[in-house]
Amino acid sequence: MRKMKWAILLAFFTITSILTGCEPLTVLDPKGPQAERLAGDIILSMWIMLGVVVAVFVILIYMLVKYRASNQSDDYEPPHIEGNAIVEAICVGVPALIVIFLSVVTVQSNYIVESPVEVYEDKEPLVIYASSSNWKWHFSYPEQDIETVNYLYVPTNRPLEFKLYSHGPITSFWIPQLGGQKYAMADMTTTLHLGADVPGEYLGRNANFSGEGFAKNTFSVKAMNEDEFDEWVEEVKTTAEPLTEDTFNELLEPGHLGQLTFTGTHLSFSPPPLSHGSHNDKHEDEQGASDEQDVQDEHEHGHHE
Amino acid sequence: MEFFQQFAPPHPSPAIYASMVAIVLTTVAIFGGLTYFKKWGYLWREWLTTVDHKRIGIMYLIAALLMLFRGFVDALMMRAQLAMPDNQLLDAQHYNEIFTTHGVVMILFMAMPFIIAIMNYIVPLQIGARDVAFPRLNALSFWLFFSGAMLFNISFVIGGSPDAGWTSYFPLASNEFSQHVGTNYYMFSLQIAGLGTLISGINFATTILKMRAPGMTLMKMPMFTWSSFITNIIIVFAFPVLTVALAMGSMDRIFGTNFFTTADGGMDMLWANLFWIWGHPEVYILILPAFGLYSEIISTFARRNLYGYKSMVASMVVICLLSFVVWAHHFYTMGQGAFANSIFSITTMAIAVPTGVKIFNWLFTLWKGKITITVPMLYSMLFIPIFTIGGVTGVMLGMSAADYQYHNTMFLVAHFHLVIIPGVMFALLAGLTFYWPKMFGFMLNERIGKWAAWLLAIGTCVAFFPMFISGLDGQARRMYTYSEATGFGIWNMISFVGALAIGVAFLLIAYNIYYSTRYASRDISADPWDARTLEWSTHTPVPVYNFAVVPQVNSDQAFWDAKKHGHVLFKDGYKDIHMPNNSGLPIIMAGIFFVWGFSFVFSLWLPAIVTTIAIFACMAYQSFEKDDGYHIHVDTIEKTERKLGGHKQ
Ligand code: HEM
Ligand SMILES: [Cu+2]
Ligand SMILES: [Cu+2]
Repeated sequence: MRKMKWAILLAFFTITSILTGCEPLTVLDPKGPQAERLAGDIILSMWIMLGVVVAVFVILIYMLVKYRASNQSDDYEPPHIEGNAIVEAICVGVPALIVIFLSVVTVQSNYIVESPVEVYEDKEPLVIYASSSNWKWHFSYPEQDIETVNYLYVPTNRPLEFKLYSHGPITSFWIPQLGGQKYAMADMTTTLHLGADVPGEYLGRNANFSGEGFAKNTFSVKAMNEDEFDEWVEEVKTTAEPLTEDTFNELLEPGHLGQLTFTGTHLSFSPPPLSHGSHNDKHEDEQGASDEQDVQDEHEHGHHE
Repeated sequence: MEFFQQFAPPHPSPAIYASMVAIVLTTVAIFGGLTYFKKWGYLWREWLTTVDHKRIGIMYLIAALLMLFRGFVDALMMRAQLAMPDNQLLDAQHYNEIFTTHGVVMILFMAMPFIIAIMNYIVPLQIGARDVAFPRLNALSFWLFFSGAMLFNISFVIGGSPDAGWTSYFPLASNEFSQHVGTNYYMFSLQIAGLGTLISGINFATTILKMRAPGMTLMKMPMFTWSSFITNIIIVFAFPVLTVALAMGSMDRIFGTNFFTTADGGMDMLWANLFWIWGHPEVYILILPAFGLYSEIISTFARRNLYGYKSMVASMVVICLLSFVVWAHHFYTMGQGAFANSIFSITTMAIAVPTGVKIFNWLFTLWKGKITITVPMLYSMLFIPIFTIGGVTGVMLGMSAADYQYHNTMFLVAHFHLVIIPGVMFALLAGLTFYWPKMFGFMLNERIGKWAAWLLAIGTCVAFFPMFISGLDGQARRMYTYSEATGFGIWNMISFVGALAIGVAFLLIAYNIYYSTRYASRDISADPWDARTLEWSTHTPVPVYNFAVVPQVNSDQAFWDAKKHGHVLFKDGYKDIHMPNNSGLPIIMAGIFFVWGFSFVFSLWLPAIVTTIAIFACMAYQSFEKDDGYHIHVDTIEKTERKLGGHKQ
């Protein structure tokens, strides 16, 4: 079964490679176990669906050729046929079996992508807080006590646990070659488990429309082995400026920024939201939120007043 | 001066100024023309105040075709912008307003009125009724829809269009992030049009339950009526959710409440839930009547009864139920966990089963048939393969884990267009061609029609297949530009070419209407397709009262059996027919609603209060008005029937 799947995978890669001038499509070119599982699911479902499409095409063409009026005598009168229990059982049964099979695969995958990467079982996950603001990404490494903007360094072969939230509209954190996307929202923190097998540079982006600067709301991801990662952390600690509250508030202003590096994280003075409905902004002002300036202030000063 | 400032478009461009001029000129031309040719009286008496379901249907149709034009121009602009990397044709804000407008216009102001147009025209005829259950409410439905659509359409020249997507997710749609009045327009125009739709839903559900001809039991209803019935049930359950969501969203924007904004405990996810509890059933509201149309057309041109009538009905009932339990598949990625995702994944994929049943039933309807490929049949035969591709990619999207990779990408855009274009738009064009002779008394040209259908189908494939690839390559939807390095350029260029082909197909359809209006023979029978259901048993053009004598039905293809097996449809003699009077109230009320919505969009409180009172005044007036309608007497009926070529049977 597993071998089959890989053979199919390979066949599909070849076809798509030829189609796209030898470069595999990003999503079907996984560089980590989560992304690999998803690519496997996608290709598996593609083949099954191809079967369905071919079946429908064949039946349709057969009917159209065989029963077209010009192929029949003038006095042919089509019969009245109500239906047939066996035929209809097949029409329900086969799709139902396909759906059941795909459901089993999906439920398994759901639990896999929602839990820490298994193949690195003996390692503690690296926790990174990824938060978006219009139209940037802030990455806080609490363990290392450093923070970056618009770029991400991660170690290979270690589970990565992203804590996602937003300082503004809903965004979606997506590094297609490492796994699927998940939403980042202002009023709750979501968790995404990823992992990287292969060192290299990957593209990440916000995949959920968030206003004017959305198209360029991207970041780069560099996966490297643990030693290199540790070296990088050391280097950041010795060279980067500390992140102050004022600096951070400036960063939150709408706009695009290049890549930035800081020591310390914003988590200390601007903690992430916990769950829905928890009032993390202690907005005491009672003048009424219809006041435009008011609303603006609240946004720019985030959750820390 | 400051007062007028707020009405200026926030991002003016030559295109917007040109549109303003065009709108003013067109309006002047229409008003001038009507005045010059002294047509105001005719227009008012015969159309604007009509309560005749057939005329209301035609007005819906005209509005839908206009909106199709608008929506397609927007689509073309988007495809042109994306055709090349780093293109400068549109800036981000314009692109955002355009895809939002395109989405809203296509779904709510094109597809919705189009299906309601055909429902209006056909359902009463198909069930042998003289009108809908509440004719005056029907007129109100149309005018409310029209008023909502117009309110939405002026947004880009007055004050700015909505720019948060047709899904209008909060907090992006809140004042904080969407500062001009665009989203107010979204809230109020959808609210007004939605009220119209809800009223329509109640009206048609009642009509179908209460006004069927004698003998037409539920299981003898033609398939289009069945699909309309299920659709209206869905409308009645789904639209109140939209009403509530829009009301809450409007309050957030206008009165500073925090239902959906993230301040003070507001919940952005609540909007997503409410929106999709309406939004997912909405796509079935669009597709089920389309399925009904295909069933009629395929059995007509295969010259055979519909295969598996009972399973067709059953599958629609199942789809109706399932459509309300899958909404969360639109936000698998919102962090609801593996368990919830699994549940919604299974319910979502389960819809594939009844849908598959329908496809196989259509295929088996062809079996042992005697198939002629007319234009409506050509659309239906092109629908099956393209829709199947759209459908199976929907199953792929339904797999929640994998959806983490498709969500918000062009893969999704490809999927839903490949479902909605063959599923809804082809069906409507097929239905339009099929029913054109009943509506207007002549046939559309078959040759031009076939060219258009093929071009439309090929254009659709060329425009949307590449998006599967660019989506899997990481192109997110709603991106107004991308860099050369991404490699998306080639796919988007192909897509643009496909969109152009679709445009040519639309031009051909328009040309066909013009050509056929001029040259087509007016000498056609009441039943030019040799069709099977009751709507073809009455005269063309259909007299106001639809049927001089109420038909008696004994099968689901009553007219066919009458033709082939000598069943008698019209047994009784003529009797006086009771008809409703025309009324100006619906259009007046909708006009007031327009001003009401406009006032709220700009927070103009005085007119808002005045119009609110006026709306209630209209309702009060209506409820005290005594209007018993009028009678058409036997001698008039006889005269009309004779003029239309002798009475039926
Ligand atoms: C006729 C040819 C059509 C073309 C070329 C076209 C093209 C497009 C494009 C380019 C987008 C934006 C994709 C993005 O950047 O996210 C879009 C979005 C959309 N289209 Fe179409 N479209 C067509 C017809 C239709 C029809 C018939 C419908 C519905 C009845 C429809 C419904 C939508 C919706 C709902 C969206 C999403 C809007 C949003 O993101 O808020 N389209 N279409
Ligand atoms: Cu949330
Ligand atoms: Cu849905």
